[in-house]
Amino acid sequence: MLKNIRIALWVAVAVALVGVGALLWHADRQEQAAAFKPEFSLPDEAGTIHTAADFRGKHVLVFFGFTNCPDICPTTMAEVAQVMDDLGPEAAEVQPVFISVDPVRDRESGLGEYLEAFHPSILGLAGDEAATQAAVGSFKVFGERHEDASAPGGYTMSHSSSLYLLGPRGDWLRQFEYGTPADDITADLKERL
Amino acid sequence: MLKSTAAALVLATILPATAFAECVEVTQGNITVSAAWSRATIGTERPAVFYVTIRNDGGSDERLVGIETPVADMPMLHESVMENGAARMSHVDQIVIAPIDAVSLEPGGYHGMLMDLQTELVEGTTFPVTLLFEKSGPVTIDTAVLPLRAREAACEEAL
Repeated sequence: MLKNIRIALWVAVAVALVGVGALLWHADRQEQAAAFKPEFSLPDEAGTIHTAADFRGKHVLVFFGFTNCPDICPTTMAEVAQVMDDLGPEAAEVQPVFISVDPVRDRESGLGEYLEAFHPSILGLAGDEAATQAAVGSFKVFGERHEDASAPGGYTMSHSSSLYLLGPRGDWLRQFEYGTPADDITADLKERL
Repeated sequence: MLKSTAAALVLATILPATAFAECVEVTQGNITVSAAWSRATIGTERPAVFYVTIRNDGGSDERLVGIETPVADMPMLHESVMENGAARMSHVDQIVIAPIDAVSLEPGGYHGMLMDLQTELVEGTTFPVTLLFEKSGPVTIDTAVLPLRAREAACEEAL
Protein backbone atom coordinates (compact mmCIF):
# COMPACT_ATOMS: atom_id res chain seq x y z
CA MET A 1 0.00 0.00 0.00
CA LEU A 2 2.69 2.51 0.97
CA LYS A 3 4.74 1.38 -1.99
CA ASN A 4 1.84 2.24 -4.33
CA ILE A 5 1.45 5.65 -2.79
CA ARG A 6 5.15 6.24 -3.20
CA ILE A 7 5.01 5.23 -6.85
CA ALA A 8 1.97 7.43 -7.40
CA LEU A 9 3.79 10.36 -5.82
CA TRP A 10 6.85 9.86 -8.00
CA VAL A 11 4.60 9.75 -11.05
CA ALA A 12 3.04 13.00 -9.89
CA VAL A 13 6.51 14.52 -9.57
CA ALA A 14 7.41 13.37 -13.08
CA VAL A 15 4.19 14.81 -14.47
CA ALA A 16 4.83 18.11 -12.67
CA LEU A 17 8.36 18.30 -14.04
CA VAL A 18 7.11 17.67 -17.56
CA GLY A 19 4.41 20.29 -17.03
CA VAL A 20 6.83 22.94 -15.78
CA GLY A 21 9.23 22.11 -18.58
CA ALA A 22 6.47 22.60 -21.12
CA LEU A 23 5.45 25.92 -19.60
CA LEU A 24 9.03 27.19 -19.59
CA TRP A 25 9.52 26.13 -23.18
CA HIS A 26 6.30 27.85 -24.17
CA ALA A 27 7.27 31.03 -22.34
CA ASP A 28 10.64 30.93 -24.03
CA ARG A 29 8.96 30.59 -27.41
CA GLN A 30 6.74 33.56 -26.59
CA GLU A 31 9.74 35.63 -25.62
CA GLN A 32 11.41 34.69 -28.87
CA ALA A 33 8.31 35.76 -30.75
CA ALA A 34 8.24 39.04 -28.84
CA ALA A 35 11.87 39.66 -29.74
CA PHE A 36 10.96 39.70 -33.44
CA LYS A 37 12.83 42.65 -34.91
CA PRO A 38 11.55 43.75 -38.29
CA GLU A 39 14.10 45.33 -40.59
CA PHE A 40 14.04 47.86 -43.36
CA SER A 41 16.65 49.67 -45.40
CA LEU A 42 15.04 52.30 -47.55
CA PRO A 43 15.89 55.75 -48.89
CA ASP A 44 14.04 58.91 -48.05
CA GLU A 45 13.23 61.49 -50.67
CA ALA A 46 16.74 62.94 -50.51
CA GLY A 47 18.22 59.51 -51.12
CA THR A 48 19.55 58.94 -47.61
CA ILE A 49 19.15 55.33 -46.55
CA HIS A 50 17.39 54.74 -43.24
CA THR A 51 17.27 51.46 -41.41
CA ALA A 52 15.36 50.29 -38.35
CA ALA A 53 18.66 50.40 -36.43
CA ASP A 54 18.86 54.17 -36.96
CA PHE A 55 16.01 54.63 -34.52
CA ARG A 56 17.26 52.56 -31.61
CA GLY A 57 16.31 54.34 -28.41
CA LYS A 58 13.06 55.61 -29.84
CA HIS A 59 9.68 54.04 -30.33
CA VAL A 60 8.92 53.78 -34.05
CA LEU A 61 5.42 53.88 -35.55
CA VAL A 62 5.45 52.31 -39.01
CA PHE A 63 2.72 52.49 -41.62
CA PHE A 64 2.76 50.90 -45.06
CA GLY A 65 0.72 52.90 -47.55
CA PHE A 66 0.72 54.81 -50.79
CA THR A 67 -0.17 58.42 -51.46
CA ASN A 68 -2.67 57.81 -54.24
CA CYS A 69 -4.86 56.22 -51.61
CA PRO A 70 -7.51 58.86 -50.87
CA ASP A 71 -9.21 57.28 -47.88
CA ILE A 72 -7.36 54.92 -45.51
CA CYS A 73 -3.86 56.34 -45.78
CA PRO A 74 -4.74 60.01 -45.17
CA THR A 75 -7.02 58.99 -42.32
CA THR A 76 -4.26 56.98 -40.64
CA MET A 77 -1.65 59.68 -41.20
CA ALA A 78 -4.08 62.17 -39.66
CA GLU A 79 -4.34 59.97 -36.57
CA VAL A 80 -0.53 59.75 -36.39
CA ALA A 81 -0.29 63.53 -36.70
CA GLN A 82 -2.76 63.94 -33.86
CA VAL A 83 -0.77 61.53 -31.71
CA MET A 84 2.48 63.42 -32.35
CA ASP A 85 0.76 66.69 -31.42
CA ASP A 86 -0.80 65.23 -28.29
CA LEU A 87 2.45 63.70 -27.04
CA GLY A 88 3.89 67.16 -26.59
CA PRO A 89 7.53 67.06 -25.45
CA GLU A 90 7.46 63.24 -25.39
CA ALA A 91 6.99 63.29 -29.16
CA ALA A 92 10.77 63.52 -29.45
CA GLU A 93 10.93 59.88 -28.32
CA VAL A 94 8.65 58.64 -31.10
CA GLN A 95 9.48 58.39 -34.80
CA PRO A 96 6.63 57.91 -37.28
CA VAL A 97 7.69 56.27 -40.53
CA PHE A 98 5.66 55.92 -43.73
CA ILE A 99 6.91 53.15 -46.00
CA SER A 100 5.55 53.41 -49.50
CA VAL A 101 4.26 50.26 -51.11
CA ASP A 102 3.99 52.22 -54.38
CA PRO A 103 7.44 53.81 -54.33
CA VAL A 104 7.92 54.78 -57.98
CA ARG A 105 4.71 56.77 -58.18
CA ASP A 106 5.13 58.20 -54.68
CA ARG A 107 8.67 59.39 -55.37
CA GLU A 108 7.46 61.08 -58.56
CA SER A 109 4.61 62.87 -56.86
CA GLY A 110 6.59 64.19 -53.88
CA LEU A 111 6.35 62.01 -50.80
CA GLY A 112 7.96 64.48 -48.41
CA GLU A 113 5.62 67.35 -49.23
CA TYR A 114 2.59 65.11 -48.83
CA LEU A 115 3.62 63.74 -45.42
CA GLU A 116 4.68 67.16 -44.16
CA ALA A 117 1.13 68.35 -44.67
CA PHE A 118 0.16 65.91 -41.91
CA HIS A 119 3.10 66.37 -39.57
CA PRO A 120 6.72 67.43 -40.09
CA SER A 121 8.01 64.48 -38.06
CA ILE A 122 6.69 61.78 -40.38
CA LEU A 123 9.57 60.25 -42.32
CA GLY A 124 8.67 59.02 -45.79
CA LEU A 125 10.63 56.12 -47.26
CA ALA A 126 10.35 54.85 -50.82
CA GLY A 127 12.86 52.32 -52.15
CA ASP A 128 13.19 50.08 -55.14
CA GLU A 129 11.04 47.00 -55.60
CA ALA A 130 13.49 44.66 -53.90
CA ALA A 131 14.02 46.83 -50.82
CA THR A 132 10.28 47.46 -50.54
CA GLN A 133 9.45 43.76 -50.74
CA ALA A 134 12.18 43.07 -48.19
CA ALA A 135 10.59 45.51 -45.74
CA VAL A 136 7.10 44.17 -46.39
CA GLY A 137 8.38 40.64 -45.83
CA SER A 138 10.34 41.54 -42.72
CA PHE A 139 7.33 43.12 -41.08
CA LYS A 140 5.28 40.14 -42.21
CA VAL A 141 2.75 42.54 -43.67
CA PHE A 142 1.00 42.54 -46.95
CA GLY A 143 1.44 44.72 -49.99
CA GLU A 144 0.13 43.74 -53.38
CA ARG A 145 -0.65 45.50 -56.61
CA HIS A 146 -3.96 44.95 -58.40
CA GLU A 147 -4.67 45.89 -61.96
CA ASP A 148 -7.80 47.99 -61.91
CA ALA A 149 -8.84 49.97 -64.94
CA SER A 150 -11.06 52.19 -62.81
CA ALA A 151 -8.16 53.38 -60.64
CA PRO A 152 -5.68 56.15 -61.48
CA GLY A 153 -2.76 54.74 -63.44
CA GLY A 154 -4.74 51.55 -63.96
CA TYR A 155 -3.87 49.91 -60.67
CA THR A 156 -4.40 50.10 -56.93
CA MET A 157 -2.61 48.62 -53.96
CA SER A 158 -3.82 46.29 -51.25
CA HIS A 159 -1.84 46.80 -48.11
CA SER A 160 -1.85 46.13 -44.43
CA SER A 161 -3.82 48.88 -42.84
CA SER A 162 -2.34 48.71 -39.36
CA LEU A 163 0.20 50.89 -37.59
CA TYR A 164 3.16 48.91 -36.29
CA LEU A 165 4.96 49.88 -33.09
CA LEU A 166 8.62 49.04 -32.57
CA GLY A 167 10.36 49.54 -29.25
CA PRO A 168 13.64 51.27 -28.45
CA ARG A 169 15.56 48.01 -28.96
CA GLY A 170 13.92 47.48 -32.33
CA ASP A 171 11.53 44.75 -31.27
CA TRP A 172 7.99 44.59 -32.55
CA LEU A 173 5.71 45.57 -29.66
CA ARG A 174 2.22 45.63 -31.12
CA GLN A 175 0.06 46.86 -33.91
CA PHE A 176 -2.81 49.29 -33.90
CA GLU A 177 -5.65 48.21 -36.18
CA TYR A 178 -6.92 50.70 -38.73
CA GLY A 179 -9.38 53.05 -37.06
CA THR A 180 -7.78 52.97 -33.61
CA PRO A 181 -8.47 56.50 -32.34
CA ALA A 182 -5.50 58.78 -31.86
CA ASP A 183 -6.35 59.11 -28.16
CA ASP A 184 -5.96 55.37 -27.64
CA ILE A 185 -2.62 55.30 -29.42
CA THR A 186 -1.40 58.30 -27.43
CA ALA A 187 -2.48 56.69 -24.16
CA ASP A 188 -0.69 53.46 -25.04
CA LEU A 189 2.51 55.29 -26.01
CA LYS A 190 2.50 57.44 -22.89
CA GLU A 191 2.50 54.31 -20.78
CA ARG A 192 5.60 53.08 -22.55
CA LEU A 193 7.59 56.32 -22.69
CA MET B 1 -17.15 103.50 -26.58
CA LEU B 2 -19.35 101.36 -24.37
CA LYS B 3 -21.71 100.69 -27.29
CA SER B 4 -18.92 99.43 -29.56
CA THR B 5 -17.47 97.35 -26.74
CA ALA B 6 -20.87 95.79 -26.21
CA ALA B 7 -21.18 95.15 -29.94
CA ALA B 8 -17.73 93.59 -29.97
CA LEU B 9 -18.64 91.34 -27.04
CA VAL B 10 -21.82 90.21 -28.79
CA LEU B 11 -19.88 89.42 -31.94
CA ALA B 12 -17.21 87.66 -29.94
CA THR B 13 -19.79 85.29 -28.54
CA ILE B 14 -21.73 84.74 -31.76
CA LEU B 15 -18.85 84.34 -34.22
CA PRO B 16 -17.26 81.25 -32.60
CA ALA B 17 -20.67 79.59 -32.75
CA THR B 18 -20.73 80.04 -36.48
CA ALA B 19 -17.33 78.38 -36.78
CA PHE B 20 -18.98 75.04 -36.13
CA ALA B 21 -21.89 75.87 -38.35
CA GLU B 22 -24.70 73.52 -39.10
CA CYS B 23 -24.07 71.23 -42.02
CA VAL B 24 -25.27 72.35 -45.41
CA GLU B 25 -28.27 70.19 -46.25
CA VAL B 26 -30.10 69.64 -49.51
CA THR B 27 -33.43 67.81 -49.63
CA GLN B 28 -35.07 66.48 -52.75
CA GLY B 29 -38.05 64.19 -52.48
CA ASN B 30 -37.33 61.68 -49.75
CA ILE B 31 -33.59 62.18 -49.88
CA THR B 32 -31.59 64.58 -47.71
CA VAL B 33 -27.92 65.01 -48.49
CA SER B 34 -25.70 66.71 -45.92
CA ALA B 35 -22.21 67.20 -44.50
CA ALA B 36 -20.38 66.93 -47.82
CA TRP B 37 -16.64 67.28 -47.28
CA SER B 38 -13.33 66.61 -48.93
CA ARG B 39 -9.65 66.99 -48.10
CA ALA B 40 -7.27 69.55 -49.56
CA THR B 41 -4.90 68.31 -52.23
CA ILE B 42 -1.35 69.18 -53.18
CA GLY B 43 -1.62 69.87 -56.89
CA THR B 44 -3.84 67.71 -59.07
CA GLU B 45 -1.81 64.53 -59.49
CA ARG B 46 -3.48 62.49 -56.77
CA PRO B 47 -7.17 61.61 -56.62
CA ALA B 48 -9.27 63.61 -54.18
CA VAL B 49 -11.81 62.11 -51.82
CA PHE B 50 -15.51 62.83 -51.27
CA TYR B 51 -17.54 62.06 -48.15
CA VAL B 52 -21.21 62.81 -47.46
CA THR B 53 -24.22 61.67 -45.43
CA ILE B 54 -27.42 60.58 -47.16
CA ARG B 55 -30.74 60.09 -45.39
CA ASN B 56 -33.68 58.29 -46.97
CA ASP B 57 -37.02 59.23 -45.40
CA GLY B 58 -39.03 57.30 -47.94
CA GLY B 59 -40.64 53.88 -47.81
CA SER B 60 -38.43 52.06 -50.25
CA ASP B 61 -34.74 51.63 -51.16
CA GLU B 62 -32.95 54.44 -52.89
CA ARG B 63 -29.71 53.91 -54.79
CA LEU B 64 -26.81 56.27 -55.32
CA VAL B 65 -25.55 55.25 -58.74
CA GLY B 66 -22.88 57.85 -59.40
CA ILE B 67 -21.44 61.27 -58.72
CA GLU B 68 -20.44 64.14 -60.96
CA THR B 69 -18.37 67.20 -60.29
CA PRO B 70 -16.64 69.89 -62.33
CA VAL B 71 -13.42 69.44 -60.30
CA ALA B 72 -12.76 65.88 -61.48
CA ASP B 73 -13.27 64.15 -64.80
CA MET B 74 -13.49 60.64 -63.44
CA PRO B 75 -15.37 60.58 -60.15
CA MET B 76 -16.25 57.10 -58.93
CA LEU B 77 -17.80 55.40 -55.95
CA HIS B 78 -15.45 53.17 -53.97
CA GLU B 79 -15.48 51.17 -50.81
CA SER B 80 -12.54 50.55 -48.48
CA VAL B 81 -12.67 46.99 -47.25
CA MET B 82 -10.57 45.60 -44.43
CA GLU B 83 -9.94 41.87 -44.63
CA ASN B 84 -7.57 40.14 -42.22
CA GLY B 85 -5.76 43.38 -41.51
CA ALA B 86 -5.24 44.27 -45.16
CA ALA B 87 -7.04 47.17 -46.77
CA ARG B 88 -8.30 47.26 -50.29
CA MET B 89 -10.34 49.76 -52.21
CA SER B 90 -12.94 48.49 -54.65
CA HIS B 91 -15.09 50.27 -57.16
CA VAL B 92 -18.82 49.97 -56.40
CA ASP B 93 -21.63 50.51 -58.89
CA GLN B 94 -24.16 51.72 -56.40
CA ILE B 95 -24.76 52.43 -52.76
CA VAL B 96 -28.12 51.43 -51.34
CA ILE B 97 -29.86 53.58 -48.79
CA ALA B 98 -32.64 51.59 -47.13
CA PRO B 99 -35.94 53.19 -46.11
CA ILE B 100 -35.83 55.36 -42.99
CA ASP B 101 -32.08 54.93 -42.87
CA ALA B 102 -28.97 57.02 -43.39
CA VAL B 103 -25.74 56.03 -45.06
CA SER B 104 -22.49 57.91 -44.76
CA LEU B 105 -19.65 57.97 -47.17
CA GLU B 106 -16.90 58.28 -44.56
CA PRO B 107 -13.26 57.40 -43.83
CA GLY B 108 -12.74 53.64 -43.84
CA GLY B 109 -15.92 52.85 -45.75
CA TYR B 110 -17.74 54.08 -48.79
CA HIS B 111 -16.21 57.16 -50.38
CA GLY B 112 -16.09 59.02 -53.63
CA MET B 113 -12.75 58.90 -55.41
CA LEU B 114 -12.31 61.98 -57.54
CA MET B 115 -9.83 60.95 -60.23
CA ASP B 116 -8.46 63.08 -63.04
CA LEU B 117 -8.57 66.06 -60.75
CA GLN B 118 -8.82 69.25 -62.78
CA THR B 119 -8.19 71.76 -60.05
CA GLU B 120 -6.25 71.69 -56.80
CA LEU B 121 -8.59 71.54 -53.82
CA VAL B 122 -7.77 74.41 -51.49
CA GLU B 123 -8.62 74.29 -47.81
CA GLY B 124 -11.50 76.62 -46.94
CA THR B 125 -13.10 76.59 -50.38
CA THR B 126 -16.11 74.63 -51.61
CA PHE B 127 -16.96 72.86 -54.82
CA PRO B 128 -20.22 71.36 -56.08
CA VAL B 129 -20.86 67.63 -56.30
CA THR B 130 -23.95 66.18 -57.93
CA LEU B 131 -25.16 62.89 -56.50
CA LEU B 132 -27.09 60.78 -58.98
CA PHE B 133 -29.95 58.89 -57.36
CA GLU B 134 -31.91 56.23 -59.15
CA LYS B 135 -35.31 57.51 -58.02
CA SER B 136 -34.78 61.00 -56.68
CA GLY B 137 -32.67 62.20 -59.56
CA PRO B 138 -29.59 64.41 -59.33
CA VAL B 139 -28.96 66.32 -56.10
CA THR B 140 -26.22 68.92 -55.99
CA ILE B 141 -24.47 69.92 -52.78
CA ASP B 142 -21.60 72.24 -51.90
CA THR B 143 -18.64 70.26 -50.61
CA ALA B 144 -16.36 71.83 -48.00
CA VAL B 145 -12.63 71.40 -48.51
CA LEU B 146 -11.07 70.61 -45.14
CA PRO B 147 -7.38 70.30 -44.23
CA LEU B 148 -5.53 67.22 -45.43
CA ARG B 149 -5.43 66.14 -41.79
CA ALA B 150 -9.22 66.17 -41.37
CA ARG B 151 -10.80 62.97 -40.11
CA GLU B 152 -14.44 63.99 -40.07
CA ALA B 153 -16.87 66.65 -41.26
CA ALA B 154 -16.36 70.03 -39.62
CA CYS B 155 -20.00 70.92 -39.37
CA GLU B 156 -22.71 69.86 -36.97
CA GLU B 157 -25.63 67.79 -38.14
CA ALA B 158 -28.94 69.59 -37.73
CA LEU B 159 -30.62 66.27 -36.96
